[in-house]
Amino acid sequence: MNTTALKQKSSNQTNKTKQLSGAEMVIEAMIEQGVDTIFGYPGGAVLPIYDALFQQNKIKHILCRHEQGAAHAAEGYARSTGKTGVILVTSGPGATNAVTGLTDALLDSIPLVCITGQVPTFLIGNDAFQEADTTGITRPCTKHNYLVKNVNDLPNIMHEAFHVAGTGRPGPVVIDLPKDIQFAEGDYIAKDKAITHMYKPQTDPDMAAIEQAVEMIANAKKPIFYTGGGVINAGPKASKDLTEFVKATGYPITSTLMGLGAFPAHDEQWLGMLGMHGTYEANWSMHDCDVMINIGARFDDRVTGDVTKFSPNSKKIHVDIDPSSINKIIHVDLPIIGDAGKTIEAMLNVWKDKGYKTNHEELNKWWSQIDEWRAVKCLSYKKSDTIIKPQYALERLNHFLQKNEKETGQESFITTEVGQHQMWAAQFLPFNKPNRWMTSGGLGTMGYGLPAAIGTQLGNPDGMVVDVAGEASILMNIQEMSTAVQYNLPVKIFILNNQWMGMVRQWQELLHGERYSQSYTESLPDFVKLAEAYGGVGLRATTPDELDGVIEQMLQTDKVTIVDVNVCQSENCFPMIPSGKAHNEMILAADAEKFDKKLV
Amino acid sequence: MTEDEKKNQSVYGDSPGERKIARHTLSILVDNEPGVLSRIIGLFSGRGYNIDSLTVAEVSEKLNQSRITVVITGTPDVIEQIINLLARLVPVHKVTDLTVLGPHIERDLVLIKIASNQDDLLKAYDIANEYGAIVTDKTEESYVFQYVDTTAKVDEFLEKITPFGMKNISRTGSAAMSCGKEKF
Ligand SMILES: Cc1ncc(C[n+]2csc(CCOP(=O)(O)OP(=O)(O)O)c2C)c(N)n1
Ligand SMILES: [Mg+2]
Repeated sequence: MNTTALKQKSSNQTNKTKQLSGAEMVIEAMIEQGVDTIFGYPGGAVLPIYDALFQQNKIKHILCRHEQGAAHAAEGYARSTGKTGVILVTSGPGATNAVTGLTDALLDSIPLVCITGQVPTFLIGNDAFQEADTTGITRPCTKHNYLVKNVNDLPNIMHEAFHVAGTGRPGPVVIDLPKDIQFAEGDYIAKDKAITHMYKPQTDPDMAAIEQAVEMIANAKKPIFYTGGGVINAGPKASKDLTEFVKATGYPITSTLMGLGAFPAHDEQWLGMLGMHGTYEANWSMHDCDVMINIGARFDDRVTGDVTKFSPNSKKIHVDIDPSSINKIIHVDLPIIGDAGKTIEAMLNVWKDKGYKTNHEELNKWWSQIDEWRAVKCLSYKKSDTIIKPQYALERLNHFLQKNEKETGQESFITTEVGQHQMWAAQFLPFNKPNRWMTSGGLGTMGYGLPAAIGTQLGNPDGMVVDVAGEASILMNIQEMSTAVQYNLPVKIFILNNQWMGMVRQWQELLHGERYSQSYTESLPDFVKLAEAYGGVGLRATTPDELDGVIEQMLQTDKVTIVDVNVCQSENCFPMIPSGKAHNEMILAADAEKFDKKLV
Repeated sequence: MTEDEKKNQSVYGDSPGERKIARHTLSILVDNEPGVLSRIIGLFSGRGYNIDSLTVAEVSEKLNQSRITVVITGTPDVIEQIINLLARLVPVHKVTDLTVLGPHIERDLVLIKIASNQDDLLKAYDIANEYGAIVTDKTEESYVFQYVDTTAKVDEFLEKITPFGMKNISRTGSAAMSCGKEKF
């Protein structure tokens, strides 16, 4: 922050502006930024802000039970509403507890503003009680951070933090606010008078590059759209335009874990998710395509597999808002820096204005090839009458969610924890709209799903919010049950309980000689009683016949509900591309028996 | 276990192996605010990139801006990545790769203290003279020379003069600027 300029600005304004305490400025700036819900946990170093919160009624504070929970709840809120999530935590342990959530938001590009209390300025560096070097700790896990040392800088910093969090590639921003600054009085600066910083990322794409891209797209013989979270972050219009563009071309489309929902999964051009646990048809199409149209995805290592063998014969177009994503992992032929939404709109306009047409003859050949891959039915699994297969449980969940949506108009929102259940959810639950799917992609944070569901439910009070969970992950933020009970949030926790850290067990089975080191989840609680102990509803299904009834019951409850679905313990998640392998070296369920377990 | 089998077990892919590396001089204009240097250094250390040298000083009090000159060695991919990562930091205004931009001037400054017998001192003085170094301090038994030139020239000077009783060296990183009338 340019302090000299700031001082000038604030002295010019003394007559006009109102005097507020630092704590009041925080509230005032949030209100001006359109914040109505924040997630937090009080403590000594933020008491003045909690006092100011107490004396107003425009901002609702949600008391989570752990600062990590508050951070993930803010993420869920942000991802399902498109707004910036806000967290308020105390100094020291409050701030360090929030670090996992901040890192999660950084890797998944989620806009957050996190206000951390700090010891008074005159004690900073003295190892004071509950002091931590918060700006030092969070520098590598935030998009930007601030330590406020003068109350007159605070209003600008608040406004700038929201600007930085939400503009360009979104991300988390920390404002570390010493307690004496919260008490000090200064001139408040309104949002429209605030000095916006130099931070002006490029969001308008280069039109010459767009023209070139559309020409490449039109001339493609074996094209594929590969889209990511950037499309979701660009807002609902981007998803709408993407769908229109993809329909206009007739080309196949796949997406990353983060991008699910930008294109409707019920459409026949949809190939399913790609990557390590992506579909056979999506990964083979990526491998064999001649033109790859990457919009808002970043060639993550879970997606590319072996980079030297990644889609060897294609020309690649890469649209990204962050120039540092370009050529980071995969060399591309045509980079376009810009907002995914603006870029798709521009491409669609060029396609229409120039009257481009698809080469149907070539495209038909490409589709018949893809249909052969589809015929492999890579997501098939062995059904059982006696034991609940996790895939089956999700198929039934999906059936009843769709039915509920049709009958009542209530929209479904899915969050997940991390593990096999997360990948199965991505494979078996179809997403037809953006902002309906909240999962920890980049960081893979166990314990994300329940707090994210809480944030999602707060942002979408009429929605049906389900956390697809594993029995190990759910225990990492189980304390948030209390939050759900306190605020009457009827989130549903659908545990695919395989009694194992399934994803770890799978790797150990396939790659570590079946030595199951520490992956059995011993001494699990009785989840039904646990739900009841918190004041929620607990349900259990142990056989396939019980499943439908239990799901129907779950959809009827008006309280937080845990459903303990006892699933097959030995099921593995396929298809799977072992790390460092190419897209065409995928293992299918049918091959699993043949998989060489004697590797080690 | 063979190397290949070990690789197959990793949750990550293989490392990409060796590529051609080159030395680049970057000039970075930043807001002079607390923490800006650690943001920049953290970006290098966080990704395992090595800094060859670094120079930083305020260049405009009025605009409250500093210039950081960083010399790094890396593959073209790494350099491109570093520039993009630097550019996206909020307090960074402009990043210029002087090496790519064209002819430019780079200067390091070194202070070297020589303390020895008269014979060696004389030889050291002759070398300093030959290189155009300046005597900045002098006693019966010692000299402190100041020398300014490119990194390579400074290395060469130090190598020559060191044997004659080097006691201490203090050296800056490079300050750099493009040739001609352009701003950078
Ligand atoms: C915080 C955290 N610790 C460890 C891991 C590594 N990890 C990834 S999946 C997994 C097992 C998850 O088990 P569970 O929640 O039961 O899901 P399942 O795979 O059985 O469906 C573990 C330990 C992680 N992703 N996050
Ligand atoms: Mg499990």
